[in-house]
Amino acid sequence: MTGVRPLPALGVGSVIVMLAALPVAGLPAFYESFLYLMFYWIALATSWAILSGFAGYFSFGHAAFFGAGMYATAHLTVKMEVPFLAALPVAAGVAALLAAGIGAVVFRLRRLRGELFALLTLAVTFIVATIILNTPIDGGAGVLTSSVPLPRVISSSPSGTLYLLGLIVCVGSLAIAWWVSRSRLGMGLFAIHDDEDVAEVKGVPTFTYKLLAFTLSGAIAGVVGGVHATYVGFLTVSETFGITVPLYVVLMSVLGGARHWAGPAVGAVLIAASLYTFTSGDQATIGRGIVALVLIVAILLLPEGIVPTVLKQLRRRPVTRATPPDAPIATQAAPKRSDAPVLVVQDVRKSFGGVHALRGVSLEVRQGEILGLVGPNGSGKTTLINMITGHFPLDGGSIRIDGQEIGHQPAHAIAQRGIARTYQIPRPFAGLTVLDNVRLAAMFGGTGLSGAALDAEAHHWLAFTDLAGKAASLPAELNLHERKFLELARALVTRPRLLLLDEVLSGLNPAEIDSAIALIRAIRDQGASIVFVEHLMRAVVQLSDRVVVMNEGATLASGNPREVMRDPRVVAVYLGKAHVA
Amino acid sequence: MPSLTLLGQSLISGVMLGGLYALVALGLSLSWGLLRLVNLGHFALAFLGAYLVYHLGTVWHVDPWWAVLIIVPVFFVFGMLQHWVFVVFRVTELTSLLVTFGISVIVESILQWIWTADFRRYETHYAGVSLKVGPFYVPWLELVALIVAVGLAWASWAWLRWTYVGKALRATAEDADIAAAFGINHRLLSFLLSGVCAAYAAVAGAFIALVSTLAPSQIWAWLGVVFAVVIIGRLGNPVGALLAGILIGAAESLAMAVISPAWAPVVSFTILIVLLLWQPKWL
Repeated sequence: MTGVRPLPALGVGSVIVMLAALPVAGLPAFYESFLYLMFYWIALATSWAILSGFAGYFSFGHAAFFGAGMYATAHLTVKMEVPFLAALPVAAGVAALLAAGIGAVVFRLRRLRGELFALLTLAVTFIVATIILNTPIDGGAGVLTSSVPLPRVISSSPSGTLYLLGLIVCVGSLAIAWWVSRSRLGMGLFAIHDDEDVAEVKGVPTFTYKLLAFTLSGAIAGVVGGVHATYVGFLTVSETFGITVPLYVVLMSVLGGARHWAGPAVGAVLIAASLYTFTSGDQATIGRGIVALVLIVAILLLPEGIVPTVLKQLRRRPVTRATPPDAPIATQAAPKRSDAPVLVVQDVRKSFGGVHALRGVSLEVRQGEILGLVGPNGSGKTTLINMITGHFPLDGGSIRIDGQEIGHQPAHAIAQRGIARTYQIPRPFAGLTVLDNVRLAAMFGGTGLSGAALDAEAHHWLAFTDLAGKAASLPAELNLHERKFLELARALVTRPRLLLLDEVLSGLNPAEIDSAIALIRAIRDQGASIVFVEHLMRAVVQLSDRVVVMNEGATLASGNPREVMRDPRVVAVYLGKAHVA
Repeated sequence: MPSLTLLGQSLISGVMLGGLYALVALGLSLSWGLLRLVNLGHFALAFLGAYLVYHLGTVWHVDPWWAVLIIVPVFFVFGMLQHWVFVVFRVTELTSLLVTFGISVIVESILQWIWTADFRRYETHYAGVSLKVGPFYVPWLELVALIVAVGLAWASWAWLRWTYVGKALRATAEDADIAAAFGINHRLLSFLLSGVCAAYAAVAGAFIALVSTLAPSQIWAWLGVVFAVVIIGRLGNPVGALLAGILIGAAESLAMAVISPAWAPVVSFTILIVLLLWQPKWL
């Protein structure tokens, strides 16, 4: 995630210049056409992967955006005689609008599953195709685009111009994908891919990001379609909106590795080249079958795709470990403990169907205190945490932080206000390294840090939680203890005003519990207020300044830990009425 | 506005068409809902079955009903073999989609290689026969297809509802690990179900051969509508698939009569999108 190294940048630059110079060098038209098709598939597959590869929402509707761009260009240039280059931005705009429209509707579905998204986008493609077929845009007769005047760039032949346009679109889409994969947007999309709910709670504006990526992806496909409209010379609805484009882009991306910016390009080159070798008649039939067979084998053997698999092999070789940057950590003066409330929860209600999970819970957390939240299983502790972090919408009541109502804000906005949580069962982003897991939380958690300061902060908290040696590992390589501490590091790096710890101690052995208790004290000393959900009474009594006992979705008792634990009602809840002496 | 007779007639043909949709959707719905495998290859398999019925009928003069009896066991074994590959390579929901797409392309190539890309029509002496009910004509073959669809859907539903195997399959679909902990051999059951789904493709294929025109590229023509049927009918619910098939078939057919044939695809996909966005409880 560092800047561009000079040597590869030079290499990439010279390759682009060489490719651009080919038409001038008098390349035969056959090769120009062959390379154009390569560029076309690379650009199309890469554009698809910006949403579908990075964020994991597989779209089967890429033909809709591609086709919208194609027909927009054809309509403008043929029927309205707009110059070709002026039509391309319009094509991008039309396709982007279509994508944004679809995204704005479907991404609002709370339980939108991946395969439903795939089929919804496929359905939209059929509808767009039918509309174009039955309106004067096509009307069933097709549109002849071969006579559209192309700008003459350097060469006089139209195939040279198409080649250059293809090259520009291809390089452009690769550059955009590369930039996205390194940007804040890309980081957010990768997190959505791994665990969308956690991403939102860590501060990623998931709806906006998905919409942005979808729009960007559609816009690029629209431009590719616009250029391709003049390449094919004659547009028909069945060819444009057929199954070829959506399925080939998916296969190319999956083969090459959809999650890496260069993966779709690699897959596109392999598949497009092998399709090109079988061009005529019977050969084409058999060729397609062979390509399909190779695909099956590749997908079965390399489910992650070629590029990520190769990169993983390379990474296995010993590399000199990057030393953590030495940038100074911004230290904040720990605010004094006081009776001023940080969090005020008032009469919060939530039911799931007929189950009343919370029936009017009220509590407050004061500046700098550790509030123990205890109660039997099913008493609503985790639900309350989910309500505070905005994971579930409120049915009633109010939640305020520093006096400001947050009860109806989206989870990512709440995270940016300085509320962080850990999960009882750790939920790290499986595809990101330990370091990136922590960096992501810092990036989106309202710290306002970036660049070296962000890295330094991430390394600081990794060291704080004893994970410095694991920075480059993937979460799957950690044991439970380390995964719990990664949860903590992800929460701490945001310097939260309020930290919600959901059973951080469960499953740890006594020595690990002692180190965790020391860690939680250290966190409090840095100024955070803590809500500590725990079943382990020893830790609750040791750590908490106050305790709130919940039972059946309501608060039962609160106050000094030792006194509350002796309250007969509390004993009855835990051990049954017979034990109350 | 077309006459009432025409509307009634198109409603009847729509319901009949819906039976055919349901027949193709059944196997897809069961494997997706209960095995979490999206089997795109189901369409290709159905068309392979259709071509085999066509070939047996036209070249060797085997009656289509006998041809089905030959093809069903063959397909059953094929389904199990395919599932064996899925199990060995631990294919997930998403990769199953990609792998079975590959299978579809291979089958399409084979069909085109053997039978060429030309359109073919299986002429039988019962092709044009219709029953006359009042002012309406009910095509005999389509009626049989609908009856078979109803029979298979009901039988599958009863199988899942009441037999040990069915209950075990549903338990596995909910949570494979827990089901295994209760002693369910879900591997064995998943092989069985995969075989059954492939056999359903053979049955669907026979009716495709009898009532429609065959061409290798037609594999993809059914894809959109049948997926809409599977989702509207709820994954893994055979009776739902039947009802959804009839709903979509009737809606398409009425749209053809009232608006124009070219707009029919919009109808099924609009129904699908509206239902997905509305998310009623029963979906």
